[in-house]
Amino acid sequence: MAMLIGRVRFIVGAMALALMFALAAPASAQVRNPDTSVNPTASSVKEEQLLQEFRRIQGRGTIPDTRSYVIEQPAGRDWRQFHQVTLHWIGAIAILGMLALLVVFYLMRGMIRIAAGRAGRVLVRFSAFERFVHWITAACFIILAISGLNITFGKPLLLPLIGPDAFTTWSQWAKYAHNFLSFPFTLGVVLIFLMWIAWNIPTRVDVEWLKEGGGMVGYKHPPAYRFNAGQKMIYWIVVLGGAAVAVSGYFLMFPFYGTNIADMQVAQVVHGVVAVLFVAVMIAHIYIGTIGMEGAFEGMWDGTVDVNWAKEHHSLWLEKETAEGHVGAPPPKGKMQPAE
Amino acid sequence: MARMKFLCDADRCIECNACVTACKNENQVPWGINRRRVVTINDGKPGERSVSMACMHCTDAPCQAVCPTSAIYTTADSVVLHSKDICIGCGYCFYACPFGAPQYPKVSNFGSRGKMDKCTYCAGGPEPDGSMAEYEKYGANRLAEGKLPLCAEMCSTKSLLAGDGEIIAQIYKERVVKRGYGSGAWGWKTAYRETIAS
Repeated sequence: MAMLIGRVRFIVGAMALALMFALAAPASAQVRNPDTSVNPTASSVKEEQLLQEFRRIQGRGTIPDTRSYVIEQPAGRDWRQFHQVTLHWIGAIAILGMLALLVVFYLMRGMIRIAAGRAGRVLVRFSAFERFVHWITAACFIILAISGLNITFGKPLLLPLIGPDAFTTWSQWAKYAHNFLSFPFTLGVVLIFLMWIAWNIPTRVDVEWLKEGGGMVGYKHPPAYRFNAGQKMIYWIVVLGGAAVAVSGYFLMFPFYGTNIADMQVAQVVHGVVAVLFVAVMIAHIYIGTIGMEGAFEGMWDGTVDVNWAKEHHSLWLEKETAEGHVGAPPPKGKMQPAE
Repeated sequence: MARMKFLCDADRCIECNACVTACKNENQVPWGINRRRVVTINDGKPGERSVSMACMHCTDAPCQAVCPTSAIYTTADSVVLHSKDICIGCGYCFYACPFGAPQYPKVSNFGSRGKMDKCTYCAGGPEPDGSMAEYEKYGANRLAEGKLPLCAEMCSTKSLLAGDGEIIAQIYKERVVKRGYGSGAWGWKTAYRETIAS
């Protein structure tokens, strides 16, 4: 038995050895052309193959800049298609679509009035700090939005009107503004996140509010706490959208810090898409806060709202404020009284 | 008008980097920027190849398409040039470029990348040909003097070819036929959407 196993082992070993030689033989011989000359490209790297395998070609260079060792990355073509075509469509549809929607809504419904008229008594809605944070963020956002849209839509829309030199001067300043105002904007988004998170957790009241169509689209005024479901959506769009544009923007502002060209292309796609949608949503936010609804703007401007406005749009919040004795107090000092 | 192109015959490139040095010197390229570089693929392994790469002066150039200020333009000779007076340093051309050609003098400094710099095919910029203003911003304008880019002109093995696309493609084809092999014109499919049969 032991002898048999030994023989089997010998035969298997010999076969394995023979196989090894048989496989190794072609590798040791050089590939030759039909006229027996050596063909050095038979084993050489092929551009097509490298591009198909890795989508980019890189090697080793001798200059200190290691980023230059990538010699080919056709992915820029996809990014170009996005930037020149896709983003223009998304932006145009989102922003013009939103404007059209608001115009139609305004023509149909006009300004949503305080149904019961003004009570004449006010209560504090936003503290000075809250308003400061809101307006800092808002001012930055508007400049960021205009300078950002200029990069995407300026070439087809503005450049033919004012000429290349004026357009470059304007775009250069717009770019500086865009880069530097990103810092106060990001700070504003962080502060908005922290100071209003407590009132923006979705609850069952929001489901009812949405079913009724809210205080804007619907005709009834469903109950709501300090922020209704619509405002909570704006809050989360600002927080999450703001985080997305800030993070993707900083990747673009600090090139090659933990990114390569492909990552920056992705960052620009995220930045562009989120930003144009963000602008579209903020146009709606500005509409509701100004000409869309009576009594809303003063809450963020003076800090106080009319009691009847609060009763209609934030009934549960008003109940809570009343219970805590915040209603009926005289308006804050220094507030301008409307001439009646 | 000629359709100017670059062609790097990778089977001839010996990675001497003379093209890189010639370019830096002829155009007084700013510190930290290399308009041309030589990259070795599969370094030290069987079948390694070196390729000298710069701006390929693409057909329908992606950098030109995405530039938000129209700073990049294509000349009658199909050379892709840029205006440093119009450039705002946004970085879009270098996201779009398949060959990593556009570079910025202050790439790590936030808020300002500076004006983009790239290979000009030794053809200067929008300023009058051979003017001092042109030389200071873009380097030499050899094309206006009837000369080809210096990188290709002084390539020791004539691996790097510059000139009219059809002529250099013909030279390459003849080489391939004569020696019996050729690993192809690197980057041509991406830049010009055509290849040279080899």
